[in-house]
Amino acid sequence: MSAPVDVKTLVIDGVNVSGRAGQTVLEVARENNISIPTLCHLDGLSEVGACRMCLVEVKNSPKLFPSCVLKVEEGMEVTTASDRLKHYRQTILELFFAERNHICSVCVANGHCELQSAARSQGLTHVRLPYRNPLLDVDASHERFVLDHNRCILCTRCVRVCAEIEGAHVWDIMSRGIDSMLIADLHQPWGESSCTRCGKCVQVCPTGALSDKSKLGSDHPKYPEFLPYLNMMREGQ
Amino acid sequence: MSETVSKIKLATVWLDGCSGCHMSFLDMDERLLELSAQFDLVYSPLVDFKVYPEAVDVALVEGAISSVEDERKIQAIRKHTKFLIAMGDCAVTGNVPSMRNPFGPEAVLERAYRQNVTAQAQIPCVLVPALLEKVRPVHEFVKVDMYLPGCPPSADTFYTVLSDLFAERTPDVASLTRFGA
Repeated sequence: MSAPVDVKTLVIDGVNVSGRAGQTVLEVARENNISIPTLCHLDGLSEVGACRMCLVEVKNSPKLFPSCVLKVEEGMEVTTASDRLKHYRQTILELFFAERNHICSVCVANGHCELQSAARSQGLTHVRLPYRNPLLDVDASHERFVLDHNRCILCTRCVRVCAEIEGAHVWDIMSRGIDSMLIADLHQPWGESSCTRCGKCVQVCPTGALSDKSKLGSDHPKYPEFLPYLNMMREGQ
Repeated sequence: MSETVSKIKLATVWLDGCSGCHMSFLDMDERLLELSAQFDLVYSPLVDFKVYPEAVDVALVEGAISSVEDERKIQAIRKHTKFLIAMGDCAVTGNVPSMRNPFGPEAVLERAYRQNVTAQAQIPCVLVPALLEKVRPVHEFVKVDMYLPGCPPSADTFYTVLSDLFAERTPDVASLTRFGA
């Protein structure tokens, strides 16, 4: 006999919705066709709440909450769009653009980049913060793929897909804060690492940080939709 | 409308960019004729005026600020312009010219004028303006009234934005173009 389902009812943007206990606000919102912008979230991977794009307001709390890790609660009243949230989301995007060298026009992901499309959907036409222009490496040591740190936003999708789905855990993040850097194994060239060459990290990377060497210019669409499907097939076995 | 109605004084400026934005502007083709009923082109690399006029209504500024000359020009342009538009990614973000920023101008000049040269290797220093330490977008120097990202912004974007502005409407730029478009 299965346990009774624990249903929570809540309000998102004035709409009465319900979800199972343990579901996140983001999940329930999307099930109800309420869109919340995300960058580090990807269907099929664990949540880290790193990018803060999915911040929402919850009634009677002065704090903002990342909806990807916020569990639904009975009677919760959530707002996903407001001037305050727009201001924060735009500022978060500006911080991403100012932190490293995102030169969209010459990026391998131009036209297929989630950072670029997020900027557009949030109405960002310029970056008010001064650009840092750090000097960063490009690791082209791998036979098939390239890592360009200039485009990395440290979303850790690649770290998670490699550890959780491929089971190899080649990628990780070195250092902290502004010095954080994606590394293969114990900071080795990607081509000399324990990489299994599966390419999942390239497909889930939202920007041009990880790309396929055979792709040139902006001809690099990515297909992260394979993940929920792969998980579903594995669970079915 | 009578013939005496004064036209909008439009200027276009080319700083550190590739002129691609100007090419895209020209790509409006016959629609330029339609728009030109409403403006006079008072300064532009496309025409022959040497001096930036005293009073310009709308200026489209292409390119980033990369040299002391760009910096001097943009200050003068701002002073004599009512509505300044940062046109294209170089003006808006620094774009390709700003790719030298992580290395600095000395390294770039060394590479271009000494390392890759076989005859008379020397860094130009006469009659050319000194490079700034960093290439920066226009709004880091002067107030910008509108941002038109894109590399380049499409002819359709130019047409919609200029038609809206001339009709005193505010165009929804984010719906028309984006960084790298």
